[in-house]
Amino acid sequence: MTDTTKPSGARDGGPRLDAVELLGARRENLVPGTPLLEVDDLHVEFATRDGIAKAVNGVSYSVSAGETLAVLGESGSGKSVTAQAIMGILDMPPGRITAGKILFRGQDLLRMSSKARRAVRGRKIAMIFQDALSSLNPVLSVGFQLGEMFRAHHGTSRKEAKDKAIELMERVRIPAARQRVNDFPHQFSGGMRQRIMIAMALSMEPDLIIADEPTTALDVTVQAQVMDLLAELQAEFHMGLILITHDLGVVADVADKIAVMYAGRIVETSPVHELYARPAHPYTKGLLNSIPRLDQKGQNLYAIQGLPPSLLKIPTGCAFNPRCDRTQDRCLVELPPLVPVLDAEGADLPGRHSACHFWKETLHG
Amino acid sequence: MAEPILEVRDLVKYYPLTQGILFKRQVGAVKAVDGISFELMKGETLGIVGESGCGKSTLAKVLMNLERATSGEVRFKGQDITRLSGAGLKSVRRNIQMVFQDPYTSLNPRMTVGDIIGEPFEIHPEVAPKGDRRKAVQDLLDVVGLNPEYINRYPHQFSGGQRQRIGIARGLALKPEVIICDEPVSALDVSVQAQVINLLEQLQGEFGLSYMFIAHDLSIVRHISDRVGVMYLGKMVEIGTEEQIYSYPTHPYTQALLSAVPVPDPTGRERRERILLSGDLPSPANPPSGCRFRTRCWKAQERCSVEVPLLAVPELLEGPAAHRSACHFAEVRDVIGTA
Repeated sequence: MTDTTKPSGARDGGPRLDAVELLGARRENLVPGTPLLEVDDLHVEFATRDGIAKAVNGVSYSVSAGETLAVLGESGSGKSVTAQAIMGILDMPPGRITAGKILFRGQDLLRMSSKARRAVRGRKIAMIFQDALSSLNPVLSVGFQLGEMFRAHHGTSRKEAKDKAIELMERVRIPAARQRVNDFPHQFSGGMRQRIMIAMALSMEPDLIIADEPTTALDVTVQAQVMDLLAELQAEFHMGLILITHDLGVVADVADKIAVMYAGRIVETSPVHELYARPAHPYTKGLLNSIPRLDQKGQNLYAIQGLPPSLLKIPTGCAFNPRCDRTQDRCLVELPPLVPVLDAEGADLPGRHSACHFWKETLHG
Repeated sequence: MAEPILEVRDLVKYYPLTQGILFKRQVGAVKAVDGISFELMKGETLGIVGESGCGKSTLAKVLMNLERATSGEVRFKGQDITRLSGAGLKSVRRNIQMVFQDPYTSLNPRMTVGDIIGEPFEIHPEVAPKGDRRKAVQDLLDVVGLNPEYINRYPHQFSGGQRQRIGIARGLALKPEVIICDEPVSALDVSVQAQVINLLEQLQGEFGLSYMFIAHDLSIVRHISDRVGVMYLGKMVEIGTEEQIYSYPTHPYTQALLSAVPVPDPTGRERRERILLSGDLPSPANPPSGCRFRTRCWKAQERCSVEVPLLAVPELLEGPAAHRSACHFAEVRDVIGTA
């Protein structure tokens, strides 16, 4: 799955500085707040045996340097597919990007040559996957796999690459890095393996990191260590971070802003504090009410009725209408656009959008 | 609530580590469960939490008698079930059922829902005579909130949440008194978890079930449990009521575990105190001497490496907060800010 571990990149030529220059800004210029990535009206579909699965249906979001965007959604909401499209690792076919733009520093990744794209991938935008064990090659030492990044992208010698690998392992605080550099992935614990994935993503000092459920497979204590490490590294290097997760707790801990996805669309966007305090979409509201809290013993859990829809047969109108408490006739036919949300006095709430016909009632009611 | 339905005494489960091909000799043992005692009361829910590898699933298997205990006792209504076999075991098993974590692999894809839920009746025909079985299965489907007409469908035609309902219906089929739930919602989507938890709670009220609820999600465990036990490396390190564990945790491990749970509320996240444990879980084949948590504990002293702390109420603890904790330096510390 990880493109970054494939050795193929090493073969066609040494350092590709041309592509990096083409992209302009080098590492040192990463100033917090610089816009990095803008996804604009992205559509992705998959041809399956049973028909066309519309996985992403017009997703737009943006990330700046130093910013953490959390993309929140359940399985099948399209959150990972969007990330794969950004990385350029979608399986095509059966996947197909039918519309949209992905602008990285103003350049559309979707219209780039595959050579230029490869220079961006891993070097400018890196990804951390959920399952570190299956993302690492089991028959190569972690030192080799980490060093591969330098050999492939910079044409570094083997010896030098190994030194770099040790340096990286120390940076993600793997104890006794020098002794462990020749160990294989199975010799590390889950948390340590995820650190190696993070080290690999960091190796090229990317501007943007996409972390797809980076801690889902880990225990809470290890999850805390890994999330802390990510936050610390982000504070140091000001990279942008897209955190893809279904865990409302993790999001609350680290995110600056949130995009909530449902059935391939963004249904709500918001700065983190406002979303938890006053959700503007019934789905978000339902999710927040349905999770038990550690710090209070609740009585009954609110349960969102029904099931997430099949992507082959997304309900007409608002995709959430079969499960929503507020559904009216209008919701069955008219697709609610993602509109800015206003406060009770009619003033703009910056960064807040909702794709619900009744956002007013949801927010203020 | 007063009488215990399940009593566990000094339960031990070791898996031998062997060396050699022809002449296997034992060179050690993985101490998965190493001397655990607790009671499950009638009608209560006992939550068991701990990191992966702490032995909580092994504990479930031993309680179910799917694995033979190395030593110790599991008493169901006063009768030790660990040495039972044959008819005696069969009759006890009827009363202790299990709901598994993964609803995708725990249902046979080639059997219809009716066959899956009805299979327990093949083994225990006395519960539902042959002619009544179809009706019994349909009733069970209705009880867990599935359409009784789905009886001839196959598992793949259902979503994860619905499959877990099928698993629960199968667990209920023999009208057991105890249900052991091993991570019953962790494979489900967030919006579906609440449905299944509510169903479990409703069924408990309806049938007077006792649950042992094993999970790694501490928020869910707090929600559903009356009492909670915390496991670390094969040992129970702290046990008490839900409030005692969450509001008055005394064992450093419990405190670290609780503080690591992300709270779904960003207010005050900068102030939130987080105890970060260093290192990983030691190998259960070679656990640290004395207190097993000492290698990761910030309170560890000389005494901890020599003397195994007993699971007992610490002397200083009084009143409603008094509960058992296996730490030489047990001390209440509110880490999630509720008390």
